[in-house]
Amino acid sequence: MDSVKNIFHLGVKELFSLRRDPVLLALMVWSFSLSVYTAATGMTHDLHNASIAVVDEDRSQLSRRIIDAFLPPFFQQPQEITYGEIDRGMDSGDYTFVLVFPPRFEADVLAGRRPALQVNIDATAMMQAGIGEGYVSRIISQEVRRYLGYEREAETRPAVLEARYAFNPNVESPWFTSVMQMVNSVTMLSIVLTGAALIREREHGTIEHLLVMPLTPFEIMMAKVWANALVILVGAALCLGLIIEMLLQVPVAGSRSLFFAGLTLYLFFATALGIFLATLARSMPQFGLLFMLVALPMMLLSGGETPIESQPEWLQAVMQAVPSTHFVAFSQAILFRNAGLDVVWPQFALVAGMGALFFTFAAFRFRAAIAVMQS
Amino acid sequence: MTMTQEGSLAVRLEAVTHRYGQILALNSVSLELCGGTTGFVGPDGVGKSTLLALIAGARRILQGSVEVLGGDMASRRHRNVVQPRIAYMPQGLGKNLYMDLTVAENLHFFGRLFGQGAKERRRRIDSLLKSTGLDPFPDRRVGTLSGGMKQKLGLCCALIHDPDLLILDEPTTGVDPLSRRQFWELIGRIRAERPGIAVLIATAYMNEAEAFDNLAVINDGMVLATGTSAEIKQRQGVDSLEEAYISLLPEEKRRSHHKLEIPPPPLHEGVPAIKAERLTRRFGDFTAVDGVSFEIPRGEIFGFLGSNGCGKTTTMKMLTGLLPPTEGEARLFGERTRSYGIEQRKRVGYMSQSFSLYGELTVRQNLMLHARLFHLPGDRQKTRVAELMERFDLSHYADALSGDLPLGVRQRISLAVAVLHEPEILILDEPTSGVDPVARDGFWELLIDLSRNQGVTIFISTHFMTEAERCDRVSLMHAGKVLASDRPAALAEARGTETLEDAFIAYLEEATDEMETAGSAGDGEGVSLVRENAGHAGARQSWLSPRRIGAYSLRESMEILRDPIRLAFALGGTILLMLVFGFGISFDVENLTYAAFDRDKTSESRRYLEDFAGSRYFDERPPIASYADMDRRLKSGEITMALEIPPNYGKDLLGGRHPTVAAWIDGSMPFRAETVRGYVDGLHNSYSRDFVARELGEETATLPADIESRYRYNQDFRSVNAIVPAVIVILLIFIPAILMALGVVREKELGSITNLYVTPVSPLEFLLGKQLPYIAIGMASFLLMTAFAITIFGIDLKGSFLALSFGAFLYVLATTGIGQLVSSFTSTQIAALFGTAIGTMVPTVLFSGMMQPVSSLAGGAVVIGKVYPAGYFMTICVGTFTKALGFVELTDEFLYLALFFPVLTLISVMLLKKQER
Repeated sequence: MDSVKNIFHLGVKELFSLRRDPVLLALMVWSFSLSVYTAATGMTHDLHNASIAVVDEDRSQLSRRIIDAFLPPFFQQPQEITYGEIDRGMDSGDYTFVLVFPPRFEADVLAGRRPALQVNIDATAMMQAGIGEGYVSRIISQEVRRYLGYEREAETRPAVLEARYAFNPNVESPWFTSVMQMVNSVTMLSIVLTGAALIREREHGTIEHLLVMPLTPFEIMMAKVWANALVILVGAALCLGLIIEMLLQVPVAGSRSLFFAGLTLYLFFATALGIFLATLARSMPQFGLLFMLVALPMMLLSGGETPIESQPEWLQAVMQAVPSTHFVAFSQAILFRNAGLDVVWPQFALVAGMGALFFTFAAFRFRAAIAVMQS
Repeated sequence: MTMTQEGSLAVRLEAVTHRYGQILALNSVSLELCGGTTGFVGPDGVGKSTLLALIAGARRILQGSVEVLGGDMASRRHRNVVQPRIAYMPQGLGKNLYMDLTVAENLHFFGRLFGQGAKERRRRIDSLLKSTGLDPFPDRRVGTLSGGMKQKLGLCCALIHDPDLLILDEPTTGVDPLSRRQFWELIGRIRAERPGIAVLIATAYMNEAEAFDNLAVINDGMVLATGTSAEIKQRQGVDSLEEAYISLLPEEKRRSHHKLEIPPPPLHEGVPAIKAERLTRRFGDFTAVDGVSFEIPRGEIFGFLGSNGCGKTTTMKMLTGLLPPTEGEARLFGERTRSYGIEQRKRVGYMSQSFSLYGELTVRQNLMLHARLFHLPGDRQKTRVAELMERFDLSHYADALSGDLPLGVRQRISLAVAVLHEPEILILDEPTSGVDPVARDGFWELLIDLSRNQGVTIFISTHFMTEAERCDRVSLMHAGKVLASDRPAALAEARGTETLEDAFIAYLEEATDEMETAGSAGDGEGVSLVRENAGHAGARQSWLSPRRIGAYSLRESMEILRDPIRLAFALGGTILLMLVFGFGISFDVENLTYAAFDRDKTSESRRYLEDFAGSRYFDERPPIASYADMDRRLKSGEITMALEIPPNYGKDLLGGRHPTVAAWIDGSMPFRAETVRGYVDGLHNSYSRDFVARELGEETATLPADIESRYRYNQDFRSVNAIVPAVIVILLIFIPAILMALGVVREKELGSITNLYVTPVSPLEFLLGKQLPYIAIGMASFLLMTAFAITIFGIDLKGSFLALSFGAFLYVLATTGIGQLVSSFTSTQIAALFGTAIGTMVPTVLFSGMMQPVSSLAGGAVVIGKVYPAGYFMTICVGTFTKALGFVELTDEFLYLALFFPVLTLISVMLLKKQER
């Protein structure tokens, strides 16, 4: 009972300390508002405003029609260039796509000679090139078909394919990027806030002060964990409600309370990681460098930026051992796909289990480290 | 207020006022100083350091005029002329020295800053080391030197250029008495050899000040009195300078003060309160405390006297159980101390060196927190806190933030916190350093009351002799060992000396003979400290001196090489992040999990599904049984796509009724979903073609034109080919910029930036010098990453390696320049770190062609892309790797990239202050 009281009072002290730290507060506000907003609006994963050029050696009605079909917001106004300008234009990255209509293209189409329409794609623009190729060929087929008078795809195909996007019917990328940025902010802040709280105590010499009082290292660590976790929970809730749902108009499919329950489990791991890193570093700058080396890979490889299945298999196996991977997985399942506890319980169990293991390890490490801390 | 002495006027101050924000540090000070030694006397925080920094030219003059060596220090030109004649040693042990460098390396660095050639440096350094007795340790790291040795080295560094004006800010604070005496002997010899030299010294030790030619007594930013020590004492009608100081204070400050009366210690029988037996503590090879034993009866005030770093604090930590001893044991009330001995801690109060309070809590909050943590009963908490605030005179500050209060008040709060739970033992680690004599005496009154009236045993460490003399008994400690312990008077008697200080020195001399000859000034006798003044190394040399740039480059390189974390970040970080980014950022969408919901189950539907099963993009999972099953598996993310084939598919197909196949694609990751859509379309099309060919037996084209897609530059359309060159671009801005920013801000934070303020080095030389090693690191990481790209990621470098390297060089010049720019407006390392990280990452990823080609950007993003170097290098790097480009094709990019370095350097130089505010 005394122990719980100690943890409570010390945790309240943490909250006061945080309130007086403008830098950390600013970092928190930024990562839950502006950074989520810019990620959602700045970095589109869709085809957007792609640059396209055409070499029209046919100058027919059909080629004109195809060229005019490339429209904003997917494409910029196609630039007319000559054949000789292709290399220079693509080398310098001015055009991602270049279409080449051969002479007598229209005549050959009408005569059934199946002329070749060349589409040059700058394959170094990975994201645009892959998606864009599909758009370009769909647009061309559609225009050619229309020109020849076919109205429906069914008339040329034995079977019709109807592709539907589940959970995000118009595949709007802000839905994805905003939520994933919030998830990344959670990871970053839990490490930074808790780690900084410990290092601040060490730099000010107050940690010794705590240790000569009737307190155990476990109580000191728990206090930091609950106080910082609470702050992050509140921040994440505000971010989800105000920025993501209200400002960005992203519909959240699943149960918010289930998500926050999972987040709480994850915070045990993430804050313990902050404590652990702070015991390794001797000063704030060293902590910052360590943070970069640990947090950046975690944020990038957990499946919140690019699909985890495109990683090499050995890396996928490694990432399975990192709780943030499962955190990202259940966040996506709950928030995008309305999954219930019956679906996400394995991830919850993994996060809780690995979190508990690491938390214990960090607690031992903390105990050992503060015994020899020299300030 | 004129102080006359032989020699010409060295310094003249007129109505100098200085403020830090709201705080008035100097209040209209006017002084004239000539040659000889002038002492500035007063406790911490009264303005001594500000005054000296203004005279040294390290701080900008805000109000009033400061003339030094015949010119106005507000004029940059004059400062440039006189700086080679001034030497300044800031406050703090070795504050302007570099702890990771050796003794000789530090000296060489300063020699180079003053433009001395190798031969001259060696000659000067040899003689300086010899005369200060540091000659046996040229290769010791400064960080491992004792406080006394650090100060001697600081003096050597100050003397390396034969200054005419020597400014020393509290050079002996925290230094053991023997080293202190040797230090003053050195100063005496310099004065004897160069009578013209003027020495200005700030000190908090009144007894030291007695020996100076002239004194200026300072309090609250004002000069209270000037004159020789004898004059001042006579004027005030007292015997000691300390008393004179107190009598000079304004009335309201003095009022609370009266002479301390110390009743004799009570006699207590029984178990000693504290007992240490052969306490030893080692940290690696270093023995901090070496076999220390003592016994302290209840109610005694026991003093622990010694210099900084002699093991006082470590011993105290072992007594409190903070640190387990390596050998030996400590007993409190006969009970052995253990770490985490919760019950024992309730009997002990501890006050650490830094008055460790939560500065962000108010006084009342601090006290309440401790009352709660010591589990005082609920109703007792408030009364006890009120009681303490009354007794320690804190009621006035109850709701002020502790961090904003003056040192003397913070000290009282700390004591209040330490005694809050009414401990029987108080362990106080240098509780009075930096506090003015009146506050110090007030503090002692509280201690005496605790000891004599409440029977509290007090264990106190100090480096003030006057305080040690008030203790019932003292231990003299040096280099981890107790030299002697007894009553102060008995110690002096035993050595036949008049004062405790002399006794301590006698013990120290005896001990150092046995241990090390470190710093005995004796062997240097006869070696000249200062040389014939052979004319200062030129009034002002060239504005861009390769030697000074080299001095900074060399020093910076050595520091990085000796800092394992920064070095690991520079090279290991590059490798780690390259692997992570290279493998992690991938737009190859493969191994997509899908499952089929075949409601037809005919040979035709199976044929349709075969195409998917055979595709390298897809990875088949067990078939779907029902809509509910499909829903659950899509939700859990187990499958990314579900393929539903309607009933009667085969029949409808053959009957020409165009059945509809449905593909349900998980849209939660939009980029992946759209790619999946492309794959599904492709497989469906090829199936359709095959079907028509197979069933209708004709080669019908589904479309009367062929679309020939050509993936240029990256025929297999592998993500790594495009991403890895982009990763090189990111990491070459991220890491060099961070390291560069840290390198500069580190000097600001640690205080060695003072060397920029007071030596002839110019901001441009400083920045260029520090930049060179980081450019080298950047180029090394570039080569490393290129090698990785080719070997581990298997990417061909199709274009010109030379063009790529040249581009990387221009780019690293620009990115380290960005680091400098960030450093010029950040003041802490952590702010510089996160500022640079966010500031480089966001524009590089968003606006430089990494995610979206630059040609797709619109509006403000285009502008950012243009004024940011990453986009240009992205074109060069991706171009040379994948597009086989060379110098000719990339001329424009090279030209733009080359512009960044001069522009950024110019801005940074303009923003870098050559003086502190």
